[in-house]
Amino acid sequence: MRVQTAPPRIQVPERRPEDGAAPKTTQPKVSVRDLDFYYGKNQALHNISIEIPERIVMAFIGPSGCGKSTFLRTLNRMNDVIPATRVAGQVLIDNSDIYAPGTDVVELRRRVGMVFQKSNPFPKSIFDNVAYGLRINRITNSSSELAGRVEQALKDAALWSEVKDRLKSSALSLSGGQQQRLCIARALAIRPEVLLMDEPASALDPIATSKIEELIFDLKKQYTIVIVTHNMQQAARVSDTTAFFLLGKLIEVNTTEKMFTAPNEKLTEDYITGRFG
Amino acid sequence: MELKQADRVRRAVSGFMTTATAVCTFVAVGLLLVILTYIAWKGIGSLSFRFLVDSPRPVGEGGGIGNAILGSLVLLGLSSAFGLPIGIAVGIYLSEIGKGRLASVVRFVIDTLTGIPSIVTGVFIYAIIVLPMKNFSAFAGGVALALIMVPIVGRTTEEMLKLVPHSLREGALALGAPQWRVIMGVVVPAAASGIATGGMLAIARVSGETAPLLFTAFGSRFFFDGDLNQPIASLTVQIYNYAISPYDEWHAQAWAATLVLMTLILGINIVVRVLTRKRF
Repeated sequence: MRVQTAPPRIQVPERRPEDGAAPKTTQPKVSVRDLDFYYGKNQALHNISIEIPERIVMAFIGPSGCGKSTFLRTLNRMNDVIPATRVAGQVLIDNSDIYAPGTDVVELRRRVGMVFQKSNPFPKSIFDNVAYGLRINRITNSSSELAGRVEQALKDAALWSEVKDRLKSSALSLSGGQQQRLCIARALAIRPEVLLMDEPASALDPIATSKIEELIFDLKKQYTIVIVTHNMQQAARVSDTTAFFLLGKLIEVNTTEKMFTAPNEKLTEDYITGRFG
Repeated sequence: MELKQADRVRRAVSGFMTTATAVCTFVAVGLLLVILTYIAWKGIGSLSFRFLVDSPRPVGEGGGIGNAILGSLVLLGLSSAFGLPIGIAVGIYLSEIGKGRLASVVRFVIDTLTGIPSIVTGVFIYAIIVLPMKNFSAFAGGVALALIMVPIVGRTTEEMLKLVPHSLREGALALGAPQWRVIMGVVVPAAASGIATGGMLAIARVSGETAPLLFTAFGSRFFFDGDLNQPIASLTVQIYNYAISPYDEWHAQAWAATLVLMTLILGINIVVRVLTRKRF
């Protein structure tokens, strides 16, 4: 249980090591070893190994059906809800295997939040949507603290100014872009350590998209973010490192800059330059 | 030329189908209106305030259906108290929890229960409750009606829950919600108005039941006094008894009681609609 004293501002990262301390490279936040994944008899992921450092944005790119969403969903065990799926290998978050027997999946998902491709606000009020995670996890009992956390989450998701006068109205009355930012606020409210985003802007117009991208840029000061995207410009704009998937295999991981200028693999170059996919 | 011929056929078929559906709708709704108007016309004459609050009296002395109205409400309350929670729980199980063989067996049993004639349900409850307890009772009547409600409520609840998008469940799970909280806090509220409609259908259905009550609640000339272990009057049984009697006065009262029963069902419908109105 993390005990919160004052709601941190977004500019003041919660878990930043002391200035001058060892750089981020010491310990990866997420470390995946030899991960295989099966839908029934169909193997969707082949032998994936990857390390995701703390407080960066990593983008997953690749053509449709390459397994990048499936892989993203293995990081908070969202695939558990799909029948007849099977996982082999290890996913370590802070050095503990989330697929080890006895892992509390509910607790895991509190630490690893997720934003989905299609915005999925609950048919409740705007306030209740953001408060949902706080309430079910009993993060706070005082209603003033609850209101404060909801406000902070909405501010972090750059939605506060647009909804502050109608927190009691239905979340479904918001526009598509606002709904998606509401879902981000909902995920941020419980302050996860890792935030998974599955094509969060694929259904949005360019203005809403750029809002979400700015948001991701801000959020990485506090969170480790993994984002799946179809849009390579978007990957180039928001991410620090990029991973390229093809046919269920991880082809290359590299800094985003190198990935889009001088990739190591021929396949990556072919994909990025639009020769296939 | 060939194409134009096809177009003409298509338009003719379309016109025919549109007319056919309109005619069928008109016939169905029209028949219903005829029945309602007929009941109102036949029943309104015997309606009076006294009729609504008095208990039955011998032929020629007037009397009313107050005890039957109260009895029907008690029976509906009892059957809803037993039947709605069980039915909704069955629906939640079928839609959210049950997987594989057991769920399909449950679904099959529920579907079979729906098809059982209500008189059989009455006889069954007579055998397992009325005989051992050695008297007809309001309790037995409530259980019989609840048994009829469970499959209706269960299947409609299941269908309504299945309409809730899967993404809502995933959204709640991803926030660290345990399954029971996903179901109770997100999925069921999202389907609440649909579930309420299912409950309404079930209540409307059992409020017209007569046969199972003849074997269980039996009927009574007195007002309900709070004892669930005694026979209790109900509108339907009263209507039945009056309708098969040889007296014109009782026939007229049966019509009036039918009008009251219909108004009662309409009233319950409106109240539940208002209470479960979509807020979001």
